[in-house]
Amino acid sequence: MKAPDFAYARPASLDAALALLAEHGEDAVPLAGGQSLVTALNMRLSAPGLLVDLNAIPELAGVSEDEGVVRIGAMTRHRDVGTAALVRERLPLLAAALPHIAHPAIRNRGTIGGSVALADPATEWPACCLAAGATIVVRGPGTERRIAADAFFLGLYTTALEPGEIVTAIEFPVPGDGAVWGFEELSRRHGDYALVGLAATGRRSAVGLSDLRLAFFGVADRPVLARAAAAAIEAGDLTGAQAALADELDPPDDPATRAATRLHLARVVLGRVAGRMRDGTVKEETSHGA
Amino acid sequence: MSADLSGLTFLDRPNSYIGRSVPRPNARRLLEGRGVYVDDVAVARLGHVAFLRSPHAHARIVALDTADAKAMPGVIAVVTGPELAAVCTPWVGVLGHFKGLRSAPQHALALDRVTWVGEPFCAVVARSRAEAEDALAAIMVEFDPLPAVVDMETALESATPPIHPELGDNLAFERVLDVGDVDAAFRDAAVVVEETFQFGRHTGVCLEPRAILADWAAADGMLTVHHSFQAPHMMQDILCKHLALSEGAVRVICKDVGGSFGIKVHIYPDEMATCALALMLKRPVKFVADRLESFQSDIHARDHRVTARMAFSAEGDILALDMDDLTGIGPYSVYPRTSAVEANQVVNLTGGPYRHQHYRARARVVLQNKAPTCQYRAVGHPIATMVAEGLIDLGAARLGLDPFAVRVRNVIPDDAYPCAGVSGIKLEKLSHQAALAKLRAMMDYDGLREEQALLRQRGIHRGIGLAAFIEITNPSAAFYGVGGARISAQDGCTIRLDPQGGVVAAVSVTEQGQGTEGIIAQIVATATGVPMDQVRVISGDTQTTPYGGGTWASRGAGIGGEAAWQAGKALRGNVLAVAGAILQADPGSLDIRDGAVVDAATGTERMPLSELGRIVYFRPDTLPPGVQPEFVATRHYVPKDYPFAFTNGVQASYVEVDTETGFVRLLKHWCVEDCGTVLNPLLVDEQIRGGIVQGIGGALFEHCLYDAEGQLLNGSMADYLVPMAGEMPDIDVAHVVSATASSEIGAKGAGEAGTAGAPAAVVNAINDALAPLGARVSRQPVTPDVVLEALGLI
Repeated sequence: MKAPDFAYARPASLDAALALLAEHGEDAVPLAGGQSLVTALNMRLSAPGLLVDLNAIPELAGVSEDEGVVRIGAMTRHRDVGTAALVRERLPLLAAALPHIAHPAIRNRGTIGGSVALADPATEWPACCLAAGATIVVRGPGTERRIAADAFFLGLYTTALEPGEIVTAIEFPVPGDGAVWGFEELSRRHGDYALVGLAATGRRSAVGLSDLRLAFFGVADRPVLARAAAAAIEAGDLTGAQAALADELDPPDDPATRAATRLHLARVVLGRVAGRMRDGTVKEETSHGA
Repeated sequence: MSADLSGLTFLDRPNSYIGRSVPRPNARRLLEGRGVYVDDVAVARLGHVAFLRSPHAHARIVALDTADAKAMPGVIAVVTGPELAAVCTPWVGVLGHFKGLRSAPQHALALDRVTWVGEPFCAVVARSRAEAEDALAAIMVEFDPLPAVVDMETALESATPPIHPELGDNLAFERVLDVGDVDAAFRDAAVVVEETFQFGRHTGVCLEPRAILADWAAADGMLTVHHSFQAPHMMQDILCKHLALSEGAVRVICKDVGGSFGIKVHIYPDEMATCALALMLKRPVKFVADRLESFQSDIHARDHRVTARMAFSAEGDILALDMDDLTGIGPYSVYPRTSAVEANQVVNLTGGPYRHQHYRARARVVLQNKAPTCQYRAVGHPIATMVAEGLIDLGAARLGLDPFAVRVRNVIPDDAYPCAGVSGIKLEKLSHQAALAKLRAMMDYDGLREEQALLRQRGIHRGIGLAAFIEITNPSAAFYGVGGARISAQDGCTIRLDPQGGVVAAVSVTEQGQGTEGIIAQIVATATGVPMDQVRVISGDTQTTPYGGGTWASRGAGIGGEAAWQAGKALRGNVLAVAGAILQADPGSLDIRDGAVVDAATGTERMPLSELGRIVYFRPDTLPPGVQPEFVATRHYVPKDYPFAFTNGVQASYVEVDTETGFVRLLKHWCVEDCGTVLNPLLVDEQIRGGIVQGIGGALFEHCLYDAEGQLLNGSMADYLVPMAGEMPDIDVAHVVSATASSEIGAKGAGEAGTAGAPAAVVNAINDALAPLGARVSRQPVTPDVVLEALGLI
């Protein structure tokens, strides 16, 4: 399939990009890494009149740290997010998630901002944002908004972004003392969308786990923070936590994988991740390259 | 493999390339991106066609308005089914030797009724594919949906309407085979096991999708067709028939082809329509399937449900096999090879490695409103192998016997050949016993069983699966020709010696990436004595190669290779006759080695071929009187002794099942197979490995999913899961060599053996791993859903 005709602009500044988006309204779509949008164009699932390419705006990419917050520019490629020394040191959860994001060619091109703005419910970054308590920084015409990840992902491909706004950065608080994290994803083949995934953060002490944030993906129309399950685990009740997932998740019933299967797998993944976080063991991961 | 008077075979020729892993001559060109696939062919005034395809599984086309589309920018023509039918006649996919096989006339573009999601019924030709797709959106269609026949299990019920009312019902073909006294054997058996096996519908996914460029030059009355296809002469013949052209008016060129697997050997409505459009518009027209329409319109395969039972003696002898196969083939039997072949092969092949004498099989082939199915790599073999090998494991477990031992006990012994299999298939020479012995040592079966037992104590569930199989290769005219299909069973090779001493070999077998041209170059170099780097091979052009069948059914090396060998020998004879006259020597005392005429006994060089070429081509006046050099030789070959050259082999799989997630990890795979003479070990081993991976695809991953209304639910590479390297195990390959005496080179086919046995080996391994938990799977693909259901966890 071939995309229908569209116009193309490559502004050199964020203000110019926002002006174009404002001028053309719903007819304009920002182009980040293009790993989902270009496919949608070719499949004729999307037919914007104008693509506003964000790839020539230098200030949108890069990783930095300031006062206990790691800021990742929206146009930072998946690979550059997960391999940045700062991320590997401060946000090991993100580094652990990286190998699960599709394949190297896609990781080299796709961006964290694009992934967060698209909000595919079976992808890794939105869940990581949720688990890590990230803040999504967005800019519209003239204004900047800062939205907690908890309030950003609203539904299937639906976010709190308003028309004319784009994601400019994602800010992650640097985890403090005693912080632990967990990540696990089950997909049919390496690089496939998750059947079930779990990104988790918390704090471990002699008495157990606390401040748990369990962000499941692939099991609802958006990444889901399983609060009841987290509370049960903090209370030392893994079985209760696994049972609680029945009410917290709403897995899709797709032709290849039943909803019951996803729920079952979510419980298995929860058990494994919570066990590792509790025991302080890191999963042995076969590397699929960065 | 025959020997000459000296007792030497071609393997002993001083400059033999046979049996050596020489690199493929075309590999570098393809790696450098210099391949010429259909989409790389540049022609002036090219029109791009896009097709409007049915969104319904079954519907009547009530109204079709193309006026707006015709007015769209760049549009050259918008053509409907009835308009195209004035140029291209319909076809019916039946053959005389499948008695009772029925189908209905099929048009290149559906006339007034669509019968599967993806069936083309209107075409737009425009300056670009994008403009053609723009115009598709402007075509107004009104459908009247009709009841869709989706489930093959209910397709034959009286309440189910026939897809083609003139046929009365949805039964396309039925075959019943009853050999020996099956009922008595089951009555007297110590143990009877039964299972229902389900084989998901899947397809062959080619890197290069189907593609065709048809160019009608009215001035010289020539339709030139660049086609991503396996059988150019078949396509030429069919285009002549349905477009009312003479043979000389159609040239089909299959230059580089990016994979085929049997997908590109059938007649597709959109490709016929593209050729008809070129005639109508008097200009070149190109169609390249995109990935979505590939999934919707490439042939699918498998989609079988087999209920089968096997009878055993207390000692573990297989006494009898009784099976019932049901398969859904879509709304039409595919032209010209028909869609009855897979079920027919299942009947012929099930239990084929074994020596039981009582066998009953029924196969029913039903029509349904899904994409048509037809022959895809290892037609019927994975089904036949799974049924027998699955039942043997069940029987072994019931009898408390080792599954390896039960196979050793039951295979037809290596010294029993030639003989016939229970279904009547004629077997020249197979090597099941030798293959099993080799496999047992190669995989360290006993050591693996010990490891498995130890790990089970730690809660790790590993399984070992075995699968013995036979494979149909080198088909004679018995495959298609006797049924009336104009598909050549014979193939030819023409070799020309040029003045500098190089040769050009034109062959009618074709190359789709498996290395056919490399094999031919090896054989030609060996036969003629010309170094391999001075051999050029031409294939895939109806105008410049001998007439032949192309490459399918694992026939390229065994049939095309023998033609090349015979042509090479003939050319060497011709060349030595002339050399003998010039050198005043007995031609029988001379040979050609490494590009020079030599004294055969001593190897002393007498004259380089370049000198001989100089004399013959530029100074023929100096030749002795009466010498007329013929530096071109052509030979053809068709197997005649046996309808097919059966091969055999055995595979083993070692897997680990995560009994919490239902995920299967493939740890290792082994294959010992016997394709006769191994012409190029590297190419054969990679054929086996690639075939195994495709078999694993069907066993674990690939599935064309339809909903109850006949909608295809997965039409992209994101949700149709092809097997990928990350999940594949290491695969060890070894060979037993039982050369066929039907040809001098003794090669049988090797292209499908991997696919034939891999699914059964993997599924048996999964069941072996699950056995301690009382769980068992029998539905492919074996997804986590299937395993978790078997474990009772969901």
